[in-house]
Amino acid sequence: MDLDALAGCLSSSACLVTQTTSGLIIGMLLFLVAVGLTLIFGVLKIVNFSHGAFYMFGAYFAMTAYQFTGSFALAMLAGAAGTGILGLVFERVFMSRVYGADVLMQLLVCYAFVLIFDDVVRLIWGPEFKSMGMPAAFQVMPLFVAGGVVPPYYLLLIGVALVAAIVLGIGLSRSRIGKVIRAAAHNPGMVSALGINTGLIYGGVFALGGMLAGLAGALAAPVRSLTPGMGFSVLIESFIVTVIGGMGSILGALIGALLLGLIRSFGSQGFPLFTEGLMYLFMVIVLVSKPTGLFGKEAA
Amino acid sequence: MTRTRTPGISRRSTLALMGAGAMSVAAPWVARAQAKTIKIGMPTILSGRVAQLGTSSRNAVMLEVDKVNAAGGLAGRPIEMVIRDSKGQPQEAARVARELVNTDGCEWLIDGEASSGSFAVHEVARDLGVLCVHTCSEASSLTADPKQHIPNAFRCVRQGIHDSIVGGSYAAAISKAKGLKKWATCSPDYAYGRDTTGEFTLYLKRFAPDVEVISESWPKLFQPDYTEVVTKILQAKPQALYSCLWGGDLTSYIDQANIYAMFGQMEVFAVNMADYTALTVVKNLPKGIHSGNRYIKTFPTTPENAAWGNAYKAKYNEYPTNWSWQNATAVMFLSEAAKKANSTDGKKIAEVLAGLTIKCPFGADGTVTMRADDHTLVGYAIGWGTTIPQEPYVPEVKAGDWKTIFELEAEWKKSKGYT
Repeated sequence: MDLDALAGCLSSSACLVTQTTSGLIIGMLLFLVAVGLTLIFGVLKIVNFSHGAFYMFGAYFAMTAYQFTGSFALAMLAGAAGTGILGLVFERVFMSRVYGADVLMQLLVCYAFVLIFDDVVRLIWGPEFKSMGMPAAFQVMPLFVAGGVVPPYYLLLIGVALVAAIVLGIGLSRSRIGKVIRAAAHNPGMVSALGINTGLIYGGVFALGGMLAGLAGALAAPVRSLTPGMGFSVLIESFIVTVIGGMGSILGALIGALLLGLIRSFGSQGFPLFTEGLMYLFMVIVLVSKPTGLFGKEAA
Repeated sequence: MTRTRTPGISRRSTLALMGAGAMSVAAPWVARAQAKTIKIGMPTILSGRVAQLGTSSRNAVMLEVDKVNAAGGLAGRPIEMVIRDSKGQPQEAARVARELVNTDGCEWLIDGEASSGSFAVHEVARDLGVLCVHTCSEASSLTADPKQHIPNAFRCVRQGIHDSIVGGSYAAAISKAKGLKKWATCSPDYAYGRDTTGEFTLYLKRFAPDVEVISESWPKLFQPDYTEVVTKILQAKPQALYSCLWGGDLTSYIDQANIYAMFGQMEVFAVNMADYTALTVVKNLPKGIHSGNRYIKTFPTTPENAAWGNAYKAKYNEYPTNWSWQNATAVMFLSEAAKKANSTDGKKIAEVLAGLTIKCPFGADGTVTMRADDHTLVGYAIGWGTTIPQEPYVPEVKAGDWKTIFELEAEWKKSKGYT
């Protein structure tokens, strides 16, 4: 424990800026993964244990597209669109068969696909770790704000994640399709009786969840090494985010992810040997004081 | 009256088979005595995050085994390698090692495990009395600690303590020349990371007593994001940074530190940088990172080493790793020992191996030795240099002095109570 370092950081504008942006970066990437997880749970009532694989595929798709085209924008598009299509196929062909099944069966199917997807990546891209590399446009000196260091690429990353959060929030609450999705989450039987194809809704939600995780993977690809199985560690933290924010809540996922990012960022200053533990401790405190999570709704 | 036999196996045959089976399990050397080929078992990591290292170990072993077999085998017996995946799990490594000996009839073991698995395989070798050569574990205590010593086990691997002595001496010289007094460390939070960092700073301070470590970071192994670690180090404003992150963790760290322009703000000493696994993967490798040599075909600067690196690349279409040269050296040792003993008997081979010096492309002077008193490899090429972003990656390596290594290693062993 190094409380002096933490106090020093909190009283220094340079440290505050650097650590806050660092927390935002960690948080926004986590949000993109966690929001897909929480969306799928909210509508389909399935805990998608294989969600990390979409993050992994997003990174690999982006790297491959970048290698072929040299375009960062196309790489991001390939990461998001590729995993969206993969999510749709995965839901229609496999997950749709276990909706009525026991939770254990659903978990087993998801876990089986964690292993299968890892092996697919190993077969296609090989077992060794890969690196996409930072696009030339972002190989620039970091910005200095109030003495703090802010890399331009991370500003883009935060911006893209924020736009995704806003579009998702407005889309679900204001648009017609958003209302149908929310209705399907509440009462799928009634939605189906009204002549709406719930299978299409489910497939669409799964594709959207996969797409968001894929976008997170694509955004992370220039700064993280790509290996088969890379989705697993992200998945654990995403679960923590959804539990803290409340399963099924998009606002909860955003707040939970940002809090977790800031805990890790400032925790590394004050509690360098207990940063991971701080996240779990925070989750325990939230669960004890509000078992449904910060923005979770009580069961009717 | 004629007795008719029921179809199937008779009671007598069953008893005979059971007896033979029991004998082969309890005394495997009896069952295998007549085998023409010699089977060598090898547990290593062929799946998971470090599969690349296990695969490179297998490749290097096969490269050398093919040469031995082409030359007539070991004392006239061709080698058959039986290589199994341990998934990097110690309990699986021990199970696989035991199965290789008891079920597959392997007479020797080449242990291609990382440190955690090697200690488990070591216990199997102790239990079964089978000849075992560890080829990947750098944990010094595996052979330095006399409690670990068994006559049938050897370690053909660079050692953490050797790297730390050479690295500490190299870093101290640069520290003094450039006035680097404030240091930070950032290493993975497990036994290897803690031990290696502790030993490096021990020798850094010994050679440069005015050095001070002002910040320590211990990210967990395989952590995907190092942003908070990078920014913490930037806040501490050290003049130099030491890290023993490796593989994908090191490349992630470099990519993430790069966008904070960290490498322009301090001297970086990353002991595991100069390995092709990392050098060829990082797209924007900063110039001037100090690293220990892991495997590069330009150090030692000999035609033999370059030829070996090129032969490996020609066969497998990738460069060898640090684990590759160590595994290749193990096969070279076993081959030479079998020649000298004119036998493949494990006990005789072990007697010859202890103290054996062989010609080797990876030797500091063209030879390496299996030290007799602790059954560990010495005399291999060891040094530090600075990286450049393209081949040869580390154009100049300052070689470590084995006389100094031996002196300080002896002191270290004494301080640990090993001697």
